[in-house]
Amino acid sequence: MSVPLLVEMVGITKKFPGVTANDRVDFNVREGEIHVLLGENGSGKSTLMSVLSGLYRPDEGEILINGRKRNLRSPRDAIKTGIGMVHQHFKLIESFSVAENVILGGDGTPLVLNKKDIENNLAQLSERYGLSINISAMVWQLSVGEKQRVEIIKMLYRGSQVLVLDEPTAILTPREAEELFENLRRMAAAGRGIVLITHKLNEVIAIADRVTVLRRGKAVATLDKKEINRRDLAWLMVGQDVVFQSRKKNPPGSEKVLELQNVNCHSDLGLSGLTDINFSVYKGEIFGIAGVAGNGQRELAEVVTGLRPVNGGKLLINGKDVTGLSPRRIMDHGVAHVPEDRLGTGLIPNLNAIDNLIIKDYRRELLRRGPLINRRTARINAQRLTDRFEVSLRSLEAPVKLMSGGNLQRLLLAREITSQPHLLIAVYPVRGLDIKATKAVHDLLLEQREQGMAILLISEDLEEIFKLSDRIGVLCGGRLAGIIPAEAADVEEIGLLMMGSDKAGDTAS
Amino acid sequence: MIIHGTRLAIEKRLIPSSSAFIVIPFISIFLALLVGSVFLYFSGHEPAAVYLKMFKGAFGSRYGITETVVKAIPLTILGLGVALAFRMQLWNIGGEGQLYMGAFAATWVALTFPAGSAWWVMPAMILLGMLAGGLWALLTAVPRALWGVNEIITTLMLNYVAIFWVDYLVYGPWKDPAGFNFPLTAVFSEAATLPGLFDSRIHAGLFFGVAAAVILYMVIYHTRWGYEIRVTGENPAAARYAGMNTTRNILLVMMLSGALCGLAGMCEVSGIGHRLQHGLSPGYGYTAIIVAWLSRLNPFAVIPVAILFGGLQVGGFMVQTSGIPSSMVYMLQGLLLFFVLGGELLTGYRLTRLPAAGEAIK
Repeated sequence: MSVPLLVEMVGITKKFPGVTANDRVDFNVREGEIHVLLGENGSGKSTLMSVLSGLYRPDEGEILINGRKRNLRSPRDAIKTGIGMVHQHFKLIESFSVAENVILGGDGTPLVLNKKDIENNLAQLSERYGLSINISAMVWQLSVGEKQRVEIIKMLYRGSQVLVLDEPTAILTPREAEELFENLRRMAAAGRGIVLITHKLNEVIAIADRVTVLRRGKAVATLDKKEINRRDLAWLMVGQDVVFQSRKKNPPGSEKVLELQNVNCHSDLGLSGLTDINFSVYKGEIFGIAGVAGNGQRELAEVVTGLRPVNGGKLLINGKDVTGLSPRRIMDHGVAHVPEDRLGTGLIPNLNAIDNLIIKDYRRELLRRGPLINRRTARINAQRLTDRFEVSLRSLEAPVKLMSGGNLQRLLLAREITSQPHLLIAVYPVRGLDIKATKAVHDLLLEQREQGMAILLISEDLEEIFKLSDRIGVLCGGRLAGIIPAEAADVEEIGLLMMGSDKAGDTAS
Repeated sequence: MIIHGTRLAIEKRLIPSSSAFIVIPFISIFLALLVGSVFLYFSGHEPAAVYLKMFKGAFGSRYGITETVVKAIPLTILGLGVALAFRMQLWNIGGEGQLYMGAFAATWVALTFPAGSAWWVMPAMILLGMLAGGLWALLTAVPRALWGVNEIITTLMLNYVAIFWVDYLVYGPWKDPAGFNFPLTAVFSEAATLPGLFDSRIHAGLFFGVAAAVILYMVIYHTRWGYEIRVTGENPAAARYAGMNTTRNILLVMMLSGALCGLAGMCEVSGIGHRLQHGLSPGYGYTAIIVAWLSRLNPFAVIPVAILFGGLQVGGFMVQTSGIPSSMVYMLQGLLLFFVLGGELLTGYRLTRLPAAGEAIK
């Protein structure tokens, strides 16, 4: 191994309240290589690279750059040592020109700018790596792909030896992505080290010299180019220790509670969010949606609950067309929703438990007293619910933000389940919960299924999907890649569908 | 954030400190007075003596107290109005303009029916004053609710329009022919004048302030609509998730906020000036913003805070005789807001020590 190491990270641990984002991770970058960091969302990829680029300080572990131990206190320190990061969200000033953005904050920027010199310099730099760009254009005039190029040029201009790109293709068209890869290869050939963060298998196959797989904060493997194949990667990324818990699966019922017919919708950026989605959820069934986050899960949950408009297709609940109805009307059709972001959407952190429990019911007859809310009834209800669902809290009057994650989820589930819905949409229902709380939530969901509720379970955790679901649908790129009955499903097959592999069997070698 | 050269870092607290919640307003007031005393000292005054004189001026005599209450009435009503909007994170900076429009509409009633000792004149003035303030606020609420136009800018800009509109009237068409060319209207009739209280300048607007506080408290904490306002203000995503009509609520809340500010304007012309005049308000609409913040948007806390700020104005007026410019008052107000907002930050963050390892970068 004669190739020198540009970066060596040893035993990096980074903890955030309640979660260990990186757990003794080792990672290094060689001169002239493209090293892909692969993992699902939340596996710790971005955290690791934020540590390298000086945004976070590790709790443990050390960083060596060109063989010297370094203490990176800020992104500025990282840039000085030759590490440049291109974030998913660009750090550009829209009303400045490309050239102005590139020199902004750089150390060598003189007080009086020699525009010509700078522009010549940049032109050379961009030509050398094929990063074509109009240097005097204003940033707001540029496409997303061009903005990304500006970020890359900015880092090169500052002398970055190691370039870290955080999911750079997520925002690019396939054509632009191909172009980016060419440029990256050229930069690697010139001796720089490239780190590419991704969760897409195709990209690993296309560009990686080496790949390191992260799962739940741990580096599970580092493979060389010749060792890379889809099946192993998918297995490393999602599978490995998935425990199959055999559970009596319900035979498919006959009463369709939810039905989607060729449903389409836009994403937040106005692009295609969901494309031609067809499936039904039956009474007394848990229908699991597997997939890497960002492949249409949020859009699906929002479409079904009326929070996102449907652009084509039909949405039926208990056989009634509810396409285009407001969230409130859909709620009235018996749809409950445990949203992805508990404190951000499902609950109001600064209000107390009583206020949080009535958010869907405050208009109902039971809680009415003229224009007032019947506080007494609300309080009694809250007491009853928190007792029944074993939500532990200091007081009903304390803001719910003081509660633990598990208790918050129980509170939310208590509210949604007791509205006696026909359909429950549960999005990442156990995210961030410990084992005990997870089990409690799972038991609740199974119990509700037994009582005839239809449940649409959206989760990234395959173990959870396998454990709870009667049938499994796989979302990838806003399309339903397949529906598989749980007893016939196997982790590898689902893993490959999640990663967007066209045919599950094409990489068996 | 990392403080360079030290091993300290500022870290966000997961749970804001609750003791700080109570202590910080008091510390803020203390710090504001402390910084203010530096200015006083360097302008050749004895800070402690000035503050004492201000305090005595505001609270030390029957005249001082009644004048303090006179100032506290509009501050209370305006403070309640803007606090309501702030609850929903609608930054109504237009209290001043809404006050002027309320005063304008009330004056219109008073001038149009001058001789009338009719019983309905006063209710009509209240109603139209509130309506005018409400509509003035609605002008900014509609673009905000429908297109997301920043209401801070629009409410602020409309203040100038309202003030100049009133100026146009009192310098022009509504100028009292018997007023020696001063920019003011004719004096209102008895029926258009709010009755005075305690043989002082305090007027019946006092009851409006107290009643508004009680009603607002009930509305915010006990009605379904108030619940929607609290939910929307705390977490707009949750409001959408629960199917609340945020657009409608923005319009309603801004209108009610403006209506209260309009009521304050009506009280000023009907209770204090008994006529519309140039320079109707010494910036009550802006001071009310500080009042609302310092009382943490709690309707009942607005009243004592308004009295404090009323006292500050009266006290400031009293010390003018010893050669201290009245702008001192506005400086102190500014300092108060500054430290209150600064203190807000402290409740959410704390200092921690950092581990250090490896070679520092030069």
